[in-house]
Amino acid sequence: MNNIIIAILVLGIMGGVFGLILAVASKIFEVKKDPREEAVLSHLAGANCGGCGFAGCAACAAAIVSGSAPANACAPAGAENAAEIAKIMGVAAGSSEKQVAFVRCNGGTNAKKRFEYRGVQDCISATKVAAGPLDCAFGCLGFGSCVTACKFGAMSIGPNGCAVVDPEKCTNCMACAAACPRKLIVSTPAAKKVHVACNNKDKGKIAMSVCASSCIGCGLCEKECKKDAIHVIDNLAVIDYAKCINCKMCTKVCPRDAILPKATAEEKEKYKAIKKAQAEKAKAAAEANSAPNA
Amino acid sequence: MSNITSLMSIALGAILVNNFIFSQFLGCCPFLGVSKKLDTAVGMGVAVTFVMGLASAITWIVNEYILVKFDLLYMQTVVFILVIAALVQFIEMFLQKSMPSLYTALGIYLPLITTNCAVLGVALLNIQSNFNFIESVVYGITGGLGFLLAIVLFASVRERNVFADCPKCFEGFPIALVTAGLMALSFMGFSGLSVWG
Repeated sequence: MNNIIIAILVLGIMGGVFGLILAVASKIFEVKKDPREEAVLSHLAGANCGGCGFAGCAACAAAIVSGSAPANACAPAGAENAAEIAKIMGVAAGSSEKQVAFVRCNGGTNAKKRFEYRGVQDCISATKVAAGPLDCAFGCLGFGSCVTACKFGAMSIGPNGCAVVDPEKCTNCMACAAACPRKLIVSTPAAKKVHVACNNKDKGKIAMSVCASSCIGCGLCEKECKKDAIHVIDNLAVIDYAKCINCKMCTKVCPRDAILPKATAEEKEKYKAIKKAQAEKAKAAAEANSAPNA
Repeated sequence: MSNITSLMSIALGAILVNNFIFSQFLGCCPFLGVSKKLDTAVGMGVAVTFVMGLASAITWIVNEYILVKFDLLYMQTVVFILVIAALVQFIEMFLQKSMPSLYTALGIYLPLITTNCAVLGVALLNIQSNFNFIESVVYGITGGLGFLLAIVLFASVRERNVFADCPKCFEGFPIALVTAGLMALSFMGFSGLSVWG
């Protein structure tokens, strides 16, 4: 009995003494930390995802306070928190427009298959077997490596067998982009709704033969765009999001439905009719103008 | 009574013959975790050496003047854990204030050492081997140097391994574990030195 009491006492006293020494030491050796650091930290996402390029949220907060990272360095925290951090730091938030991931493919069932892959249901594994089961060397394989990578439940395999992003849930951490062996996923401004959903850089004929909804680089969208916001680069239409105004003209002229949101057949007909009427009107006006002169 | 020869044999034994990692398998967690880059490996090795030296000194004193006195030798493990944890915490605060450059150099490795079994191992081995104070400190520091040697050699090999042509299924950790095994085998060669006891 005595032994137990002595043991408890010795251990308790030792613990107490060490605790006291540490408490005193923490006062003596206190290093003044910038109080802003903790304030900034409270506005970060706190997931330690490393998306900002620093080793965890605390390191990111220290970098923001020291000025080596912008106030909007934390993408998952969103624009609101970036504004709060900017307030703490006394600087402008910078352009912290919300960004979301986008999958540049709408092939899925439209894409031709060379063979049926029955191996491990994972995109990277699938690409190892004869360069993947798709004819298209660029398209989404649909085995959902990105869905597994997403911690926020924002990725899913859409109805046509192609990965899609839920922009409401997406935090732009881009873990999906790292998981995609075809490098199909890019970060786009959330406010922009029109996207080219194809990444096929093959020449028109080949691109046409491998998939029913591929961009063939025909350039109709480029001609249609009033804002000079879409260009064919390397046989692929690319949208300049700084110029795009979401007018969706390009979606209506795309013969391959490769630009999202897809225009329905009715919309396309209607647009064609309007264009035709405009052209006739212009022609008539030109004739009317030229008549008096003749 | 400890003379220079016995101290030398303790040192040689701790560094080569009974290397903490390669023959006693203590401290394998940081050995595998922090050996991807040579400079971080050196940082970890230096930090472990530092803490092992200090911990041997303090735990020896605690053992001699508290545990033996109160006949509480069965509480060695728990008391040593307490001592080491408090010690590491104290060192961290002390360094942060007085030697910020060393503090940033050791960085995250210092708190990691709190739960390093090589440090607890050296404290317990000191008692088991009936070392006196000076022998304990020498054993602690040289044991740390043995850890430093092992982790630096291992990190150098791993840095080269990354560029080596290696079967896909062995890439990364598997080949690192194979490497560690081969290095442990090669360290067995030192057992022929027979300097211990």
